[in-house]
Amino acid sequence: MSDTFSLSRRRFIASTALGAAAAATGTIAMPAVLRAQGAPIKIGVLQPVTGPLSYSGTQGQLGAMLAIEEINAAGGIKSLGGAKFDAVVGDAQSTPAGGTAEVEKMNAAGVSCIVGGYASGICLATTQAAARYDLPYVVDVGVADNIVTRGLKNTFRFGPGFGVIANAALENLVTINNNAGKPAKTVMIVHEDSLFGAGLAKLLNEKLPTQGFQVLETISHPTPTRDFNTIVLKIKAQNPDLVIPANYYNEYVLLARTMQQQQVKPKGIYSVLGGAASSYKFVKEFPEAAKGIMDCNHWFNPLSDKAQALKKTVEAKGQFFTYEVYLNYACIGLVADALERAGSADRAKVTEALASSTWANHIMPYGPTKFVNGQNEGAAPCNTQVQGNDIKVILPAKFADAKPMFPVT
Amino acid sequence: MLSPVILIPVLLNGLMTGAVYALIALGLTLIYGVLHIINFAHGAMLTAAMFACYFAFKTLGIDPYLSLFVLAPVFFALGYVLQRFVIGPASHGEDRNMLLVTLGLAVVIENALLVNFRGDTRTIDVPYAFATINLGFTFLAVPRLVGFVAVFVVAIALWLIMSLTDTGRAIRAVAKEKLGAQLQGIDVPHIYAVTFGLGTACVAIAACLLMPSYYVNPGAGNAFVLVAFTIVVLGGMGSVPGALIGGLTIGVVESLCSLFLGDSLGQVGIFLIFIAVLLVRPQGLFGAKA
Repeated sequence: MSDTFSLSRRRFIASTALGAAAAATGTIAMPAVLRAQGAPIKIGVLQPVTGPLSYSGTQGQLGAMLAIEEINAAGGIKSLGGAKFDAVVGDAQSTPAGGTAEVEKMNAAGVSCIVGGYASGICLATTQAAARYDLPYVVDVGVADNIVTRGLKNTFRFGPGFGVIANAALENLVTINNNAGKPAKTVMIVHEDSLFGAGLAKLLNEKLPTQGFQVLETISHPTPTRDFNTIVLKIKAQNPDLVIPANYYNEYVLLARTMQQQQVKPKGIYSVLGGAASSYKFVKEFPEAAKGIMDCNHWFNPLSDKAQALKKTVEAKGQFFTYEVYLNYACIGLVADALERAGSADRAKVTEALASSTWANHIMPYGPTKFVNGQNEGAAPCNTQVQGNDIKVILPAKFADAKPMFPVT
Repeated sequence: MLSPVILIPVLLNGLMTGAVYALIALGLTLIYGVLHIINFAHGAMLTAAMFACYFAFKTLGIDPYLSLFVLAPVFFALGYVLQRFVIGPASHGEDRNMLLVTLGLAVVIENALLVNFRGDTRTIDVPYAFATINLGFTFLAVPRLVGFVAVFVVAIALWLIMSLTDTGRAIRAVAKEKLGAQLQGIDVPHIYAVTFGLGTACVAIAACLLMPSYYVNPGAGNAFVLVAFTIVVLGGMGSVPGALIGGLTIGVVESLCSLFLGDSLGQVGIFLIFIAVLLVRPQGLFGAKA
């Protein structure tokens, strides 16, 4: 284990967490041997656990570690003689540069695959850095479309990209509105001003008018924004049927709270990748402000027993079951399935196995995986709504556990 | 957009937001006026105080407005100890060293908070969080109104301390002429520490006023401190009334710019004013000519 000890503290903690398993399989005696049967498989868990994205990063890390523990406890990778996962944990420090530095370290540590990245900006940089070493990389969240359109053979994204999510969001909005007898005609968009919010606002401004909606105003704001009163007063003055927020958790919560305070009650709040809309934390802490909010976002398959069991495990740890948790949990499962089929921890073989993946035994509402240019074609978002202090899936109908309530007021 | 229906609420909102900015700036300007350093740990202190306020509410059930009376003295003591036994000795008599020590303190405090409480955003839900006063044309949020009034109370109290007490006189003496004050028998390190303590207490009060309607995470304080720096320069470095007027001005400017230019550009207004002041009146609105 001498090579393990020479690595960073974080790495050390991660490997001790995997405890006796790693020691028992005996990396001590054969560091030079090329992956003997049963030798631990090093897997990179890369998350921004410090800096502004640290909450999401720690949640993502939690999901990945839970999956690794579970797979190890169930006997590891069978086709590799029950080889266990040995997590190499890295901190991207909420910056692309921080993420790239960790990829270098993980490559040097000899990982077979990296999972994570979280933010699009980080994922763009880390996937590229990993590509230099033909190191397979599974993007956990990063929704920017160009992550998978640059022709990088090592890059795979299990979840949906921005384009797919935005289109689904529009389609579902029209469906919900039409089914309710078209009560919503006017819209105001409140978005944060980085790539995510601004890109979405642009798309909505192009597409909403073609679907019979009138966009009254599009308001952009920076992150962080300390005060939403002026924005809410503007909304109040124009009284739109629908408010579409696209921003991160803190701003989303402030916006919803200020709307409640100023007693602004549109017919619906409909968000796309809303920072807080489908967050159990928000619903628990501010049930009144969260009531009836709809969102089109990453979501687990509520009808899957495995997903519900994982939710219980996470909640028993005192954490919220956020999308970072289940997406990372699922991504580790995807890698485990690929390793099982590859029968080898060799990077080229893992990449090949990932590319030909048809994994169906997962907790997401995606169906069997099918990668085209690294993007899982089956990946799709869900539409959720806060109903009765819980978050329910209202669309797609196949996975829904509730009916839409619209208009809310 | 120019209709009074929206303009007056926006102005009121700007004043109320500005009051809290002013309080944070007050602490900063006080420390600058006496110690002649920019306290880079101000934001981290604010975050720490917000966490203290959060845990007082969550674990002991103490209302933020009550914990204010506990946290202000506690943070005064904390500031005093920090300046007397950490920042002061570490600076070896050089002002610019003090600046670096506060910068280091900021890093330590922020990361200590991050290690202990993760990057999680936390909020408290007090019963009056959504209480409003109906003015007919708009709703005034009760927590913000309380904050507005409290800031003036604190400013007046601070002004009374500065002008009526011996300590206040000593602080002003040290601010004006350190050597002269020393020759009069004033214990300068003690006065430095008292001033730092007062500045930190301001931040603790601001934290308690913010928590009912804001959130805390290990970086939350920084959002306010950049604005506070601007206010200190705008009002005149070291000037207490300058910080108050400057804070209210910035609040209103931010609110109006956000209305007319949008929130993304609203921040531009603050810094345009900042640049204009530096060009036309570099000593600030209330600053004495150097």
